[in-house]
Amino acid sequence: MAYRRVAIVGAGITKFVRRAQETGKELAFQAAKMALDSCGLTMKDIECVSLGTAPDAFDGVHMKGEYLSDGSGGWRKPYMRHFVGGGTGVFAPIHGWFHVASGMFDTCLVVCSEKMSSCHPHPQGAFKTIFDHTTEQPLNPTLIWIFALEMNRYMQTYGITKEEIALVSVKNKKNAMDHPSAQLPMEITVEDVLNSEVLAWPVNRLDISPASDGAAAIVLASEHVAKRITDKPVWIDGVGWNLDTAYWATRDLAYPRYVEKAARMAYEMAGIKEPQKEIEIAEPYDPFDYKELHHMEGLLLADRGKAVEMLLDGKTQRDGDRPMCPSGGALGVGNPIAATGLMKVIEIFLQLRGEAGKRQVPGNPRCGLAQAWGDLMQVGTVVVLRR
Amino acid sequence: MELEKFELGATHYKESDLKEGKLLSLPWTPNLKYAWDNGVAIGRYLTELKEGRIIARKCNKCRRIMLPPRMFCELCWRPTDEWVYVQDTGRVNTFSICYVNWDASRIKKGEKPHLPAVIEIDGASPGMGILHLLGEVKPEDIKIGMRVQAVWKKPEEREGAITDILYFKPVRG
Ligand SMILES: [Zn+2]
Repeated sequence: MAYRRVAIVGAGITKFVRRAQETGKELAFQAAKMALDSCGLTMKDIECVSLGTAPDAFDGVHMKGEYLSDGSGGWRKPYMRHFVGGGTGVFAPIHGWFHVASGMFDTCLVVCSEKMSSCHPHPQGAFKTIFDHTTEQPLNPTLIWIFALEMNRYMQTYGITKEEIALVSVKNKKNAMDHPSAQLPMEITVEDVLNSEVLAWPVNRLDISPASDGAAAIVLASEHVAKRITDKPVWIDGVGWNLDTAYWATRDLAYPRYVEKAARMAYEMAGIKEPQKEIEIAEPYDPFDYKELHHMEGLLLADRGKAVEMLLDGKTQRDGDRPMCPSGGALGVGNPIAATGLMKVIEIFLQLRGEAGKRQVPGNPRCGLAQAWGDLMQVGTVVVLRR
Repeated sequence: MELEKFELGATHYKESDLKEGKLLSLPWTPNLKYAWDNGVAIGRYLTELKEGRIIARKCNKCRRIMLPPRMFCELCWRPTDEWVYVQDTGRVNTFSICYVNWDASRIKKGEKPHLPAVIEIDGASPGMGILHLLGEVKPEDIKIGMRVQAVWKKPEEREGAITDILYFKPVRG
C-alpha cells in the first residue's frame, strides 16, 4: 500500500517531576509550544492534533482528552485522543502518522500529557481497577504484582539474576544525568538496587521508574512540507502496534509476543530484514529494569534470553555498539505514562539529528527505534525512525 | 535543537508543601459504587466455586480448556462448546513475595507478606493460569513448578466469589 512519507520536524518536552504545580493542560501547552517554536511554526500551521494521555483515574477527570484539548492546541481542529496505557506515548505518533501518511493532512501536532500526582496519596490505588473486577480484584492486587510475577518468570526461564537485571537501572539512571528533563538522575550501584526496599520480590524500589508529571510533543509533516520546514527531517519509516489477550495469566510471561508482532509490522514497513544489524540505537520501554531486556528480545534486537549478555558486555551503554535508552529511560528521566513513550521518540529524533548534546551516542546512527508497552501488560507500540 | 537550550518548565513541589497548605488545591474523594454483572461464563464459574468445584470452558476447534471460562474463544473467535470440570490442584507458574498493599501502603510489622502467584490448574490446557494467592508455606520455600492445591472456605461461608478459595497450599508429588 502506498503511504505518504511522514517526518518529525520539531519536538518539545517539559521537565519530568514527581509533583507539578502546573495542571495537565499547562504542561501540555508548554511541551506543544516548545515543539512549535523548535521548528519555527505556529498553531496556524497545524492542521490536526493527536493527543495521548493515560488513565482518566490519575487525574480524576473523566474524558481527559476533552479536558486537555485546549492546552494541546486542539481547539476547533480535527482532534482525537487515544489511550493504550503505557503504550500511549508511542501510539500517539503512530496515530499522528495515520493522519499525515493518509494524505488527509500535511501537519499534525502530537501531544502527550500526564499528571499522576493528582491521585492521592499515590496513583497505585487507581491501578487496582485495571484487574478483572470479578476474578482478580477481590484478591486485592497491586499493579506491582504482575511485574513481579513476570520478572520472576523471566528470570527463572533464562537463569537471569537480580544482580544482572539491576545493571539496567544503574545504566539508565546514570544516562539520565545528562537529560535536562530528568527526574531521577542518579549514580548508583547494583548493591544500591538490591539494598533498596523490597516491594514485591523480585522487585525492589530501585527496579521501578518513578510516578511523574510531565508532557512531551512533536510536530509531524508530510514530505514536501517537511523539506520546507527543516533540512534535518527524521522520517517515520515504520509503525507497528499489537494487543495481546487480557487473560494475562494465560500468556507466556517470559516472552512478549505482542511486542514481537508490533516490531515485525514496523520492520516490514521500514524494509528492515535484520533488526540486530540495522537498528543502531533504541529506546525500549523500561518502566521496570527487566522490561528493557524483555523488550529487546520482543523487538528482536536480542535473541531470546540473551539481552542480558549484551548488557553485561557493555553493548547497550551509550558508547556501546547498540545503545539502549541513552536518554535515561523511564527509570531515569521519569515515567509520566503517556509522555514517557513520546520522550523516547524525541530522544531518537535528537540522536539521529546529532542534537542530543551530552547524551549523543557515537557513530552517527542513521536508524533507530522507540517502543512502549502498557494496558494490562498486553500492548506493544513501535516506531522505526531514519534520518 | 538541543534540549539544553530550552526552558523546560514544570515546577516541582514537595508533598509537605501540600500538607502544610503552602499550595492551594482542592481535594475530592470520588463516591462511585459499581455492581458488575457476572455474565454467563463467570456466573457459572462463581456458582461452581460455591460448591467447591472449578469449572472451565472448552473450545472444540482449538481444543483448549479455558480458565477463567468464557463463552467465546478469543483465539478462534467463535462460541465455545462445552463445560468441563477441572481439578483444584495445579502448578505454580510464577510468584511474588509482596510487602505492599493494593493502595501502595506497606504491610505492618509482623504481618505476613502477600503471596500472589499464577497457578496453572490441572485439567485445563497447559499454560492456562489464574491469579491467586499462596498460603501455608514459608516464602523462602516457594518454588516455580511447585504443586499446589486449593484451600476452600467452609461450605457455609462460601459466597460465590474467587475468594471462596482462600489460597493454594503446597502438596506433595
Ligand atoms: Zn478456540
